Amino acid sequence: MSLNLFPAQFEVLRNTDKCIKCRACERQCANEVHYYDADYDKMLTHDDQCVDCQRCVAICPTGALKIRKNENEFRQSANYTQQIIIENYRQADTGAVLLSSMGTPKDYPVYWDKLLINASQVTNPSIDPLREPMETKVFLGKKPASIKKNPDGSINTDIDPHLELNVPIMFSAMSYGSISKNAHESLARAAEELGTYYNTGEGGLHKDFYKYGKNTIVQVASGRFGVFKGYLDAGSAIEIKMGQGAKPGIGGHLPGAKIREDVSRTRMIPMGTDAISPAPHHDIYSIEDLRQLIFSLKEATEYTKPVIVKIAAVHNVAAIASGIARSGADIIAIDGFRGGTGAAPTRIRDNVGIPIELALAAVDQRLRDEGIRNEVSIVVGGSVRSSSDAVKAIALGADAIYIGTPALLALGCHLCRSCHAGKCNWGIATQRPDLVKRLNPEIGYKRLVNLVHAWDHEIKEMMGGMGINSIEALRGNRLMLRGIGLTEKELKILGVQHAGE
Amino acid sequence: MKRVYVNEDWCLGCHLCEYYCAFANSGIDDMAKAFKLGKDAAPRIRVEEGEGGKNFAVQCRHCEDPICVKGCITGALSINNGVIEINQERCVGCYTCVLTCPYGCIVIDSKNDNKTITKCELCTRNSQGEPACVANCPNKAIVFEERG
Repeated sequence: MSLNLFPAQFEVLRNTDKCIKCRACERQCANEVHYYDADYDKMLTHDDQCVDCQRCVAICPTGALKIRKNENEFRQSANYTQQIIIENYRQADTGAVLLSSMGTPKDYPVYWDKLLINASQVTNPSIDPLREPMETKVFLGKKPASIKKNPDGSINTDIDPHLELNVPIMFSAMSYGSISKNAHESLARAAEELGTYYNTGEGGLHKDFYKYGKNTIVQVASGRFGVFKGYLDAGSAIEIKMGQGAKPGIGGHLPGAKIREDVSRTRMIPMGTDAISPAPHHDIYSIEDLRQLIFSLKEATEYTKPVIVKIAAVHNVAAIASGIARSGADIIAIDGFRGGTGAAPTRIRDNVGIPIELALAAVDQRLRDEGIRNEVSIVVGGSVRSSSDAVKAIALGADAIYIGTPALLALGCHLCRSCHAGKCNWGIATQRPDLVKRLNPEIGYKRLVNLVHAWDHEIKEMMGGMGINSIEALRGNRLMLRGIGLTEKELKILGVQHAGE
Repeated sequence: MKRVYVNEDWCLGCHLCEYYCAFANSGIDDMAKAFKLGKDAAPRIRVEEGEGGKNFAVQCRHCEDPICVKGCITGALSINNGVIEINQERCVGCYTCVLTCPYGCIVIDSKNDNKTITKCELCTRNSQGEPACVANCPNKAIVFEERG
């Protein structure tokens, strides 16, 4: 079609006084935005190919570049916004379902930002974490309901398998295939150094990463890619992925172009074939079926590893979680609808699911009401963006959190939301060897360790302020939270009082 | 002795080391100015681009037994604490060193109208203090370290 109905989304602004024509921008742009024109002796741009990933801005040695939103405006209305108009044009061009990546950009309420944390004054002393011990270690798994004694009178310490986390933060599931090998290596090495866990996602475990097994959670999802006895044995826990926050109710589709030699071997599928994860697990249509899979996995690993069941936050999440807690799972992972993805249909990502804050509060309350909260640990993800979000999540009832997007930010991601194009200029969401090598795990893992250390310091500061010296004492401690600008109904679901109460 | 090494696994072929090298040795304090007003830049490091996306940057290896120094007819090249230095006052531009260097790392100095040569001196004689190519490599492909 010769007529393009929508303009470039971004404009590349080049300060020619600063540009030295080194062409680093040209060499570093996988979208081929920049090019050198010998006749003009100038760098020129194809603005329409720019995704605003900021790689050229970061690499430019003289700071000559700036990417700006194209200010060209359609005649918009509050109803038909420019975004909606463009999406309709795009679909009329292609006839296809719209694809998107990373978390939804839509302006849904972020309840973390409507919760405030308490601090001690006068009557209860705050604690200085730099001078006094402060505990952020967490154990995930079933907690015994009562103390049992052995025939000789000693306490029976034989409990179900647990995960031990030095920090209440784990890296959430991102598969090898959706992200690069170097990104995985960075996550694995960081998890090892931090004493926490990263998650393979459903793409199997690359043979080079078995050595990080004690810091690995291996995932079993509906496609069952890369699952075999050795894989289950390699990890410290097994996660059954029932759903993902960014795309509840649908499966996954890794295009054949990304299934190169290593990915194909790791996923155990032929090279170049699409890796399609079905929407449901074809052997799970009830809690009883889920129980069968949980115990099949436990049996296969001789009851040495906790089993996590990961679900997306959907309308009846509390009832589902109750079922999962009774099905033999050790840990429930809940993923909120603002969570990230390597690719999802736009309409699903932007419209399906519920916020993690409400889901978490509802699940924790339901399990407590039913007296089975000790049966499972709760891990939440799906847009926990900072250490204060983490503190609020723990106060709402989470045992630990999963971070995905913040981890990718540490690796250089600029949230251009183009993962599905497979041309990630930061070497994260791509399998192109020339792009993958841009992420040096030696740099990447240190940045991840820095990020989590920084969060851990901040968590300790906030705990200290509340006069709490153990993360266990913060968990489910909703009196440490107050809502601001929330309705009665929202406060009731969150189980918190309004500021001033 | 600490030397500059390149790990081709991480070299992106962005060529920025060449530009930072030329800037570091330009004597000008602004990079844009160095390239716009300075004479033709003569980087002492060069990125080789090979098959299958393999790239690596190469500059003077500071050989222990350097044939460039042996071949220099005026004594312009000398070894100072392991670093092979060039005295441009003495260089007559015979290019014997250019011909003999097995790594192709002696650079004809375009800033000096090609009358002399220049070469990597590990940024010991400019304002950088440490090699600019190492400090500015975006992927830590170039390192400055002691190896056996």
